[in-house]
Amino acid sequence: MTIKHADEYRDPEISRKLVEQITNLSKKKIRLMEVCGTHTMSIFRNGIRNVIPETISLISGPGCPVCVTAQSEIDAFIELAGEPDTIITTFGDLMRVPGTGSSLQKERAEGRDIRMVYSTFDALEIAVKNPEKRVVFLGVGFETTAPTVAASILAAREMKAGNFFVYSAHKTVPQALFALVKTEGIRIDGFILPGHVSVIIGTGAYLPFFNQCRVPCVVAGFEPSDILQALLMLVRQIENKAPGLENAYPRAVSFEGNKKAVGVMNQVFEPADVAWRGIGIIPRSGLKIRDEFSGYDAGKRFSITEKVSQEPKGCACGEILTGLKTPVECALYKKICTPVDPVGPCMVSSEGTCAAYYKYHDTGPGILKV
Amino acid sequence: MKSEKILLDHGSGGKISHSLTKDIMLPVFDNPILSKLNDGAILNIGGKKFAFSTDTYVVDPIFFPGGDIGELAVYGTVNDIAMCGGSPLYLSAGLVIEEGFPVSDLKKIIKSMGNASKRAGVKIVTGDTKVVPKGAADKIFINTSGIGVIPDNIDVGCEKALPGDKIILSGTIADHGITVLTQREGMKFTSSVRSDTAPLNHMVEKIFSSGGSIHVLRDPTRGGVGTSLNEIAEKSECGIKIFESRIPVKNEVKSICELLGFDPLYIANEGKLLAFVSPQDSERVLSAVRENEFGKDACIIGEVVSGHPGKVFLETLIGGTRMVDMLTGEQLPRIC
Repeated sequence: MTIKHADEYRDPEISRKLVEQITNLSKKKIRLMEVCGTHTMSIFRNGIRNVIPETISLISGPGCPVCVTAQSEIDAFIELAGEPDTIITTFGDLMRVPGTGSSLQKERAEGRDIRMVYSTFDALEIAVKNPEKRVVFLGVGFETTAPTVAASILAAREMKAGNFFVYSAHKTVPQALFALVKTEGIRIDGFILPGHVSVIIGTGAYLPFFNQCRVPCVVAGFEPSDILQALLMLVRQIENKAPGLENAYPRAVSFEGNKKAVGVMNQVFEPADVAWRGIGIIPRSGLKIRDEFSGYDAGKRFSITEKVSQEPKGCACGEILTGLKTPVECALYKKICTPVDPVGPCMVSSEGTCAAYYKYHDTGPGILKV
Repeated sequence: MKSEKILLDHGSGGKISHSLTKDIMLPVFDNPILSKLNDGAILNIGGKKFAFSTDTYVVDPIFFPGGDIGELAVYGTVNDIAMCGGSPLYLSAGLVIEEGFPVSDLKKIIKSMGNASKRAGVKIVTGDTKVVPKGAADKIFINTSGIGVIPDNIDVGCEKALPGDKIILSGTIADHGITVLTQREGMKFTSSVRSDTAPLNHMVEKIFSSGGSIHVLRDPTRGGVGTSLNEIAEKSECGIKIFESRIPVKNEVKSICELLGFDPLYIANEGKLLAFVSPQDSERVLSAVRENEFGKDACIIGEVVSGHPGKVFLETLIGGTRMVDMLTGEQLPRIC
């Protein structure tokens, strides 16, 4: 198994030419937001900020699913872990996220049965193998993961696995864009739209947003030249005063997306108004399990107390997720909040903006500019 | 929110493991030999220098493509001694076995330890076996300790890197960690990746006999090349610059890393070394490494610089720069 196609998108010569075109074209000082956490990481990993002109500021957005998960949801996960005869299954990123009093990782050290899985279907398999236990999968993610989670619920129904449950904290991207442009104090001149999410929902899913807000939008892939290509398209739209909704990732993303995946997702989930960390409630931006499948809904089958959880004191994750602040502007960053001892989720997730800054960014003179 | 309990992170070999060593163990065991925190202790007995090292192996699964826990336990300690500049001679082996463990598997592991010690040219001269009730340990854990003689003219250490030094890496990275990972339950990969588990003492002998001026030797095991380079930069109080384009990673390993979101720079190796060498000797030492059967893909991946002391920077493929930090938290538990 080898991904052969990736190398050409890392070709230094292609990247150099793209940088040259961007540099020649970019006159206005602009702020572009990469919505997706995987883009944030790729921009750092490839040192893209070092090669693009100073006219372009890249700001990181709310596209890390763990980071935007509300504190009350994290606390609910931890509460679920304490239920008797229950196995919690989760993707690894959630383990370290601090809730109000604990984290899943600490609960595991206390003896709770919390297992990391790579796929929802592994969680379902655990349920089948342990019929005397209740197995809960913590559903955190965007449209990229939601279809597989939906498929696992359909499979559980097929297999009559009545001990399999999902706690759905899924969120959807297009609705968040509306909230971002409406947030006071932020100027976003263009969006680098997520690649993986767009594979599922297609560029067409952003049309309502684009038609209403007319902000330049380009869907991008994750290799250096993918991102540079998207930057070039955004700069061109802005300099020509011709905002558009474009696709710089046509080898993976189509206009209509993956209809089958969207179909499965819509069969099991329906839109709901949900809270995002740092943003608040965004209408129809969450996915709740439809009543037809309520037997698999951990939110309904377990008696979890309604939470009014406070976000950690002094933590700027909320402002960082909306581009109002960069991690270096947070008073806790690197001083109290580190990946070893995180205060907020953006320092935990492998796609979190604070984790990316901590790992790759250095304020040393003349070494890196951000 | 500091934890009152030991977390898996504490065994990662990264930042959090270091804090455990520094905060809990060093103050109690307080002595100048330990406080160097090298791969092994360097002892001065009767005017002769010895390297002494210990390691415990808990790898899961115990058999994996390219090796098993027994071979790993022998080579791991052999390599730790070699990285101190020592020629490994004698090993001890301590086994903790779970009740119910198949004797046939034990025989396989012991045979493999025998073959490995022959290949490395060391003798297992003392040992101990304990059996614990089912569930009190997982299958088998092995501790090995070893001792070797350091020739008078050899003086290497993580604190001895100098600006200008070239950094030689003996081959492709991340093979071991990714191999073990693909064998785990729940990972449905069919791949041909193999662990790089190998003895490095013969390669180290070749390096020294090349006559080059060697300052640092290090095998980047847990925490990977990224973490090892950070430790060297910190202890030597100088900066390190490496080039992404020069770091060899097998295509298949690269693909799996990408799928799972791992950075190969932080993935464990069990048969690779980093050598910091005076610039004028670098080509000579590189040839010596390449002559060894485990060093065919060796290359110079970067150099030591006087700027940004304590920090490691990487020049990316497209000419950008980024920091390479130490591993924080556990990427993959029970990798060795």
